[in-house]
Amino acid sequence: MAAPTMDPLTSATPAAKQTLTVAKAINNGLRAAMEADPKVLVMGEDVGKLGGVFRITDGLQKDFGEQRVLDTPLSESGIIGTAVGLAIRGYRPVCEIQFEGFIFPGFDQIVSQVAKLHFRTQGRIKLPMVIRVPFGGGIGAVEHHSESPESYFAHTAGLKVVACSNPADAYWMIQQAIDSDDPVLFFEPKRRYYEKGEVDTTAAPAPLYSSRVLRTGTDATLVTYGPMVRTSLDAAAAAEEEGRSLEVVDLRSLSPLDLGPVYESVRRTGRLVVVTEAPSESSISSEIAAKVQQECFYSLEAPVLRVTGFDTPYPPSKLEEDFLPDLDRVLHAVDRSLAW
Amino acid sequence: MSSPEKWTHPGPDGPPATAAAPTAEQVIAGLKATDEGGADLVQLLTPEGERVQHPDFDIDISAEELRGLYRDMVLVRRADREANALQRKGELGLWVPLLGQEAAQIGAGRALRPMDMAFPSYREHGVAWCRGIQPTEILGMFRGTDNGSWDPVEHRFHPYTIVIGNQVLNAAGYAMGQKFDGKVGDDADSEATMCFFGDGATSQGDVHEGFVWAAVYDAPLVFFCQNNQWAISEPTERQSRLPLYQRARGYGFPGIRVDGNDVLATLAVSRWALEECRQGNGPILIEAFTYRMDAHTTSDDPSRYRLSDELELWKLKDPIERVKVYLVKQQWADHAFFDSVEADAEQLAIGMRDYCVNLPDPPAERMFSQVYAEANPVLDAQRDEFLAYHAGFAGGEH
Ligand SMILES: Cc1ncc(C[n+]2csc(CCOP(=O)(O)OP(=O)(O)O)c2C)c(N)n1
Ligand SMILES: [Mg+2]
Repeated sequence: MAAPTMDPLTSATPAAKQTLTVAKAINNGLRAAMEADPKVLVMGEDVGKLGGVFRITDGLQKDFGEQRVLDTPLSESGIIGTAVGLAIRGYRPVCEIQFEGFIFPGFDQIVSQVAKLHFRTQGRIKLPMVIRVPFGGGIGAVEHHSESPESYFAHTAGLKVVACSNPADAYWMIQQAIDSDDPVLFFEPKRRYYEKGEVDTTAAPAPLYSSRVLRTGTDATLVTYGPMVRTSLDAAAAAEEEGRSLEVVDLRSLSPLDLGPVYESVRRTGRLVVVTEAPSESSISSEIAAKVQQECFYSLEAPVLRVTGFDTPYPPSKLEEDFLPDLDRVLHAVDRSLAW
Repeated sequence: MSSPEKWTHPGPDGPPATAAAPTAEQVIAGLKATDEGGADLVQLLTPEGERVQHPDFDIDISAEELRGLYRDMVLVRRADREANALQRKGELGLWVPLLGQEAAQIGAGRALRPMDMAFPSYREHGVAWCRGIQPTEILGMFRGTDNGSWDPVEHRFHPYTIVIGNQVLNAAGYAMGQKFDGKVGDDADSEATMCFFGDGATSQGDVHEGFVWAAVYDAPLVFFCQNNQWAISEPTERQSRLPLYQRARGYGFPGIRVDGNDVLATLAVSRWALEECRQGNGPILIEAFTYRMDAHTTSDDPSRYRLSDELELWKLKDPIERVKVYLVKQQWADHAFFDSVEADAEQLAIGMRDYCVNLPDPPAERMFSQVYAEANPVLDAQRDEFLAYHAGFAGGEH
């Protein structure tokens, strides 16, 4: 972004408050960042003329040209590896990975170079690059189009990992990620791309690497991120009808984790359910469970429970409703926690 | 215009090094060689249905064999259109059309012998057909009931690979195994492998590594690249300066560009290449110069990135029509034959429809089955917990 401009007159979007989809909010955020800094580049497969398979980069090549919006060769290692070089050269590349399942040809570059160059050069090289990754399931897709690989990246020192869940965050977080001097994996909840919400382009955004309480409650805490935020909010609304008050925390940043608000919440509610689409083994949900039991041990009335995708490959889409946490599974876990 | 060879490889007496970078127009002209794929294109049957000679490749084809190839192409096209329609009706989540690539796939597929192996990407429904796989067996993957239901070992046809390029290294390894097993040489039981991928895939590291490995181990592997001119919205010039078949030379094996819409040429060149590989002269790259006549997938809207003029031009080079013209001209087929093929195609489509709409959803516990070859008590416990939850839910409580 350049620091988010608070002056509505210089703001990239004309109206201060708009109702946007998540997809359009990211598009507007990218546009604002590109307008603010000529070194910001967008690169990836089909991002130019087509505007990306989800149209997130729609219109950007037309307005900023082929030098700033690159339809790249079909190679993720190439996209990420060359973005490293461009970043060294002073650019701020925003790479699009078409679907999360296709990030792995670029995994080597991410883990070996993107994550480590700052440390290896003791800060002489900064890599202000963003890797945008549509992730998660629920869209009835074929293999490799519905996975949640974020834990691999959160597990890797040197990378920052964030996930947006709503249009306002999408608009601001993409700009903040571009503005960050660290490499950021930016996970986008693809099944929420077309959900709408209000975006205030003048309100000061929360810091990028911070979690947020989206709903306050007293009986139990739900911690989640990305596509499961909507599911968790719906579960909290349903629980309210049954007389249960659930607090919902959107992590937003997966690495570094901002667990302060979670600890604070758990100390009040005494119960925590972590909700993710990603499988549970050795994951972000494991990390949260470990830290919360360490920090909130004496406040906990029940063990930390997790509602996650199963530890299986993502199944064929006819089974994805069984694989993905839904409102019922979340409430079932809340019941178990409350009954402990 | 000088040939691409000249400007990409300036020799000591050639143009100065500063002339080495081609213009965008030169690249495109070289890649497409404007009309039929360029001087090096192997063609045996023109779009107008004229039999032509090629100095290096010929084919002695009987009337019956050509009728068979025609039938194959009509049937796989009909199956493709049916699957596309099933997607439009909401019976499939997605379909990946092969329209326009029938000759490339049937020529290659019919060149394979039963003991050969094939590694497809995700568009090779025509090759699947040649490997004895019914179109119905492909539908589950696109309906979301399975990840492809054929037996890859029995059919010697690997599962579809969606991650671009992955299968090329797998194919190289398989072909290395054929070699290590002594299945390369003069014997009647010699084998080869054919690996399918697209023009876009040629940018992936896995594909380049596959070229290197197959070459270093003299693997009996035919790389069959269907250059359908597009990788979703990106034309081939986003991937390469050089016509794709010419890349082979840099890895030390032959590369041949064949008219991918000419089933005689794809069959002749594939047969030759497979036989060379079986004899120990592999690997070989074939670039089948063809065109993706439909969208990338049913989710794609090509009007956003390509002109319909191009499509109209390629319609004139239809792979099926030229065979029909030739069959008629030779008096190798009559009305009764063409009618019977149409009737077979219709039957095939009806069978697909019935099968598709009656395909049962898999049981939920399928998620947990066959994740590992060996026992995994941790996953079993997770499955049992899930099943208990599921059972409770079915009983009306959660
Ligand atoms: C590693 C990877 N990156 C991206 C994709 C998304 N994708 C699917 S098909 C495709 C284009 C492939 O083009 P090409 O190799 O020419 O094959 P075609 O689809 O034309 O047959 C892309 C980018 C993918 N499947 N795998
Ligand atoms: Mg292609």
